[in-house]
Amino acid sequence: MSRHREGASASWEVFLRARRGLAHQHVGSVRAADPDTALALARDLYVRRGDPLSLWVVRSEAVHTASPDERDPYFAGAHHRPYRYPEHFAPLTASTGPTEKGADGAHVE
Amino acid sequence: MSAPTTVVSADRPVVSADAGATADRDELLAHFDAIVAEGGMIEPRDWMPDGYRRMLIRQIAQHAHSEIIGMQPEGAWLTRAPSLHRKSVLIAKVQDEAGHGLYLYSAAETLGVDRADLLDALHRGQQRASATFNHPALTWADTGTIAWLTDGAAVINQAPLCRTSYGPYARAMRRVCQEEAFHVRQGYDLMRALCEGTPAQKAMAQDAVDRWWLPAVALMFGPPDTEAGGTDARTAALGAAVSRRAMAWGIKRHTNDELRQRFVDQCVPQAERLGLTLPDPAIRWNEERGHYDFTPVGWDTYREALGDDTHWARQRTAHRRAAHEDGAWVREAAAAYAARENENENENVVEVAAENAAENAVVDARQREEEVS
Amino acid sequence: MPTSSDTRVDTAATGVATTTACTTAGADADLAVHLLRLGDDALVLGQRLCQWITRAPTIEEDLALSNIALDLIGHARTLLTRSGQLDGSSRTEDDLTFTRSDREFTNVLLTELPGDDFAVTVARQLAYTHYAVLYYEALAGCDDPELAAFGTRAAKEVAFHRMHADRWTLRLGRGTPESTRRMRRGLERVWPYTGELFAEDEVLRRLVAAGSVPSPAPLHAEWERRVTATVTDAGLTVPAPTWSAGGGRSGLHTEEFGPLIAELQSVHRQFPGGTW
Repeated sequence: MSRHREGASASWEVFLRARRGLAHQHVGSVRAADPDTALALARDLYVRRGDPLSLWVVRSEAVHTASPDERDPYFAGAHHRPYRYPEHFAPLTASTGPTEKGADGAHVE
Repeated sequence: MSAPTTVVSADRPVVSADAGATADRDELLAHFDAIVAEGGMIEPRDWMPDGYRRMLIRQIAQHAHSEIIGMQPEGAWLTRAPSLHRKSVLIAKVQDEAGHGLYLYSAAETLGVDRADLLDALHRGQQRASATFNHPALTWADTGTIAWLTDGAAVINQAPLCRTSYGPYARAMRRVCQEEAFHVRQGYDLMRALCEGTPAQKAMAQDAVDRWWLPAVALMFGPPDTEAGGTDARTAALGAAVSRRAMAWGIKRHTNDELRQRFVDQCVPQAERLGLTLPDPAIRWNEERGHYDFTPVGWDTYREALGDDTHWARQRTAHRRAAHEDGAWVREAAAAYAARENENENENVVEVAAENAAENAVVDARQREEEVS
Repeated sequence: MPTSSDTRVDTAATGVATTTACTTAGADADLAVHLLRLGDDALVLGQRLCQWITRAPTIEEDLALSNIALDLIGHARTLLTRSGQLDGSSRTEDDLTFTRSDREFTNVLLTELPGDDFAVTVARQLAYTHYAVLYYEALAGCDDPELAAFGTRAAKEVAFHRMHADRWTLRLGRGTPESTRRMRRGLERVWPYTGELFAEDEVLRRLVAAGSVPSPAPLHAEWERRVTATVTDAGLTVPAPTWSAGGGRSGLHTEEFGPLIAELQSVHRQFPGGTW
């Protein structure tokens, strides 16, 4: 990136799997000139305590982003599909008979 | 995909004003205010007022600088720690401070500043660390006192920041606070050992407390910002205005003086248990208020405590600058090596997994904790 | 309290040390001497690394060097504690660290050399960590369960330190002309001091003959092969020194060692009878 001056280290995002069974979670970033160093520094910085399982470092500039404010089309759909959620439907304990329906056809308790 | 894919750093602000330019600023501000008002988190790529961004950068940078400069007074005693247990504890603590500085620089970078620029500003004296560290650590007991009092003050200051409105700052602070609790405990423990030791050891402990109480109570919480805190109405109004804005933005959650009172209330019983005297004759329990009274930290006291333009204030920056300058050739070598390697391969993701890498030695940190505790 | 005279190291003109132990059985006394040496190596190197903290080329490196120092102090604590138990003096890790005189320290000279040039520090770390990985791995196979457990743990930790040293050797060696020059000079500075790590004396020969600990001497060839690989990778050549330093094991130190020990012990000695 043009912002990086001569001699300045690149930024790396750090992901840590804290325990078996968990996904890697973003924990922060480190500055390092190369990937090996970035990994070692990430270990020194984010693994001083606990018993973590694995580490990833990713060049910050290699991460492509989409967030709601600038990319409405990416997320707009997520809010308006109530039928993607189980709560939209009658509970499995419900018996037959007249049930109240909301305006969007959802089951109302 | 219709929208062009913008390539930016992860969690870095959008530098071009593409989103903001078209939208109505009032609408954006209303949206921002609404999130903050309901206690929500602002994230790096959200729109935010310039003043909010500037206040955050200033506060996070000063906080980060304080961690880095704060390594020095204790770091000076690493080679002289009087037992190997204490030596290990002190190394672990100074190391945490370096770590905290780095967490915070990393949070500041999400606001669109470069860590190298922040460090340059520190080295040039344009940005500062907490004035607390303008004071020298003259004896071994100072290391315990700094941990007990100034880290104790820091925890009180920082606990509310775990809920601060800016996401990356709050997340960094949660990490910091978890680790900071160990600092205070080990400091108290160190002081307890001295107070239970020989008369000479206890005298050393008292001397350190005599010197560090004022910097801790005055400087760790910032200038007075309420009349109750001991300042006159006009200055209180000024201080309060700054605090109020920070509070409205959810960057700050309490006034300086509120936190200061909380600190005194916490320290007095601890000092009593240690058998140490806090150097303020006005300290006494106030039944009516349900708090300890103490000599208010007015602006004069505050200024006096600052210790600007002293040998030590200058020395802290000079020490940091010398390390940076002496290490320039090493950083240049690392950059040159990386640039050459980069020509050969373009590696974006690297992984080390503890389950199979023979040499990874993501060491058993728990074992170390046991050693230290 | 038994003094150091119980395990006094008599130095012949050749620098070869022999020990006479009075209070404990010979084998235990020998082992005490050996563990004290290993512990002193870790302690003194840890102390040298502590001097870097807040002065390193980057804040990340402050963190990396303090991590290594912390591990080394940990090794010293285990080794000195065990040594104090075995020599019959019941001296604790702190007694051994803070109350011995300079002459009673038995670390190799390599560990005490001033390391204020980062390249010298890297060169020393390269030499020491490659040795320590090999020796601690060998120690992990010894009969004494406590020592074997220590060897296993320490070998893992120094393996990480070795990666750090390899990484920097490569970067300095193949960085800029300035760093190449400094790295070469660093290697030349420390190399004459590496032989002492592998030296055998009567104590060690008795211990090895009894099968109680491994000797570092046979590891020298493998060490040479490994450091040569890294140094060659870094575009440099392993120095071929015309002389080899010695004396540390018998308490004959450099003149820079006195100030190091004085600093280490100053607070402890200033408060007689103090508890910490």
